[in-house]
Amino acid sequence: MTYQFDFGWLIEALPVLLKGIRITVQLILIGAVFGVALGIACAWVRALGPKWLRPVVATYVEMIRNTPFLIQLFFIFFGLPSLGIRMSELTAANLAMIVNLGAYSCEIIRAGIQATPRGQFEAGASLAMTPFQAFWYVVLVPALQRIWPALSSQIVIVMLGSAVVSQIAAEDLTFAANFIQSRNFRAFETYIVSTLIYLALAILLRQLLAGLGWMLFPRKASR
Amino acid sequence: MTEFSFWDILRNLLLAARWTVVLSLVSFLGGGIVGAGLLFLRIGGRRGLRLLSRGYIQLFQGTPLLMQLFLAFFGLGLFGIDVPAWLAACVALILWTAAFLAEIWRGCVESIAKGQWEASASLGMGYLQQMRYVILPQALKVAVPPTVGFSVQVVKGTALTSIIGFVELSKAGSIVTNATFQPFTVYGLVALIYFALCWPLSKSSQLLERKLNVAHRNH
Repeated sequence: MTYQFDFGWLIEALPVLLKGIRITVQLILIGAVFGVALGIACAWVRALGPKWLRPVVATYVEMIRNTPFLIQLFFIFFGLPSLGIRMSELTAANLAMIVNLGAYSCEIIRAGIQATPRGQFEAGASLAMTPFQAFWYVVLVPALQRIWPALSSQIVIVMLGSAVVSQIAAEDLTFAANFIQSRNFRAFETYIVSTLIYLALAILLRQLLAGLGWMLFPRKASR
Repeated sequence: MTEFSFWDILRNLLLAARWTVVLSLVSFLGGGIVGAGLLFLRIGGRRGLRLLSRGYIQLFQGTPLLMQLFLAFFGLGLFGIDVPAWLAACVALILWTAAFLAEIWRGCVESIAKGQWEASASLGMGYLQQMRYVILPQALKVAVPPTVGFSVQVVKGTALTSIIGFVELSKAGSIVTNATFQPFTVYGLVALIYFALCWPLSKSSQLLERKLNVAHRNH
């Protein structure tokens, strides 16, 4: 193999890369917060919510979990305008990530809720908690604590999956990489660099979420 | 301009879905073989090999599949190989699948009680014999539901190969959209076809889990 590696373009490309990183980080921050919130709401519906709403949520979860993120993204960005719903690339990317993470985190959180003994909910009610208070403090918080590692993994998976949003021209890190390699004709090097950035982001995000879990759920005697 | 009926669209998408199925099978089988190799290195091999296998798994689990596809597409070319999209797609998907399957199976092997290793060692079995006669038969039962569950991720993963130009279901969706200007119908149908492929796998994974768990409890 006589290929000469060349990373000389890196300095010049740095601003573009940084902007891509910024957008990717922004996407995952918004996606994670609203996605998990949606997941909690859906898990509440499936566990305790109104009966008529449960099949709706179940259908949403199954549809999202059994179709590729790329198609969800295309459907939102290219398909919805037929119904008169138009949005920018970034909004579509955000929406797709929220909808996607919402379905997965619903399943994960529900698993945590199911592991909570029913008696605990009744115990909360007997302490004169409102159903909402009982759900929040007695059911949800211990459930989140139990499934935090799984939820963190899912958030990292969604972050890595976000590379696909470059396909609707949302200017994330992958978009930046595509842009740079179309200028310098150094495709392999460009993608190695961006792959390593993704790896660093994934490791960082994992650490951050572990720290957050540590802060939110101070060591409680495990059952 | 030619008019496309609903059936024209569906027929074209279904024809392309064949390639999604073929690619999924190739990735899953190839990934299974490579993954089994990684698993043996990860739990049995020497320290250096163990670290290597762990690094491999972390690398492939910690980076986007799309980047791996790009690297395979442009990287293989550096070796002077003319890389058609299907080759890059197969290579990347097999390597990616292997990392996940190795990690899933490691969890299954580690779920086997330590006493089983010790008992078989005390019978004078070597590492390979322990694996062959004691550990793997038990781990296999635990491994079936998550492995079937992961196959759903593989089918969905094949959608990304459309980005490097492999014409499977997703790419066909884009092509048909460009011809018909009906993105809502086309991507809706594409999603439904993926759902039809994946949902039976998800469901059977859940059923197997329940079934094998019940068996486990009765022991």
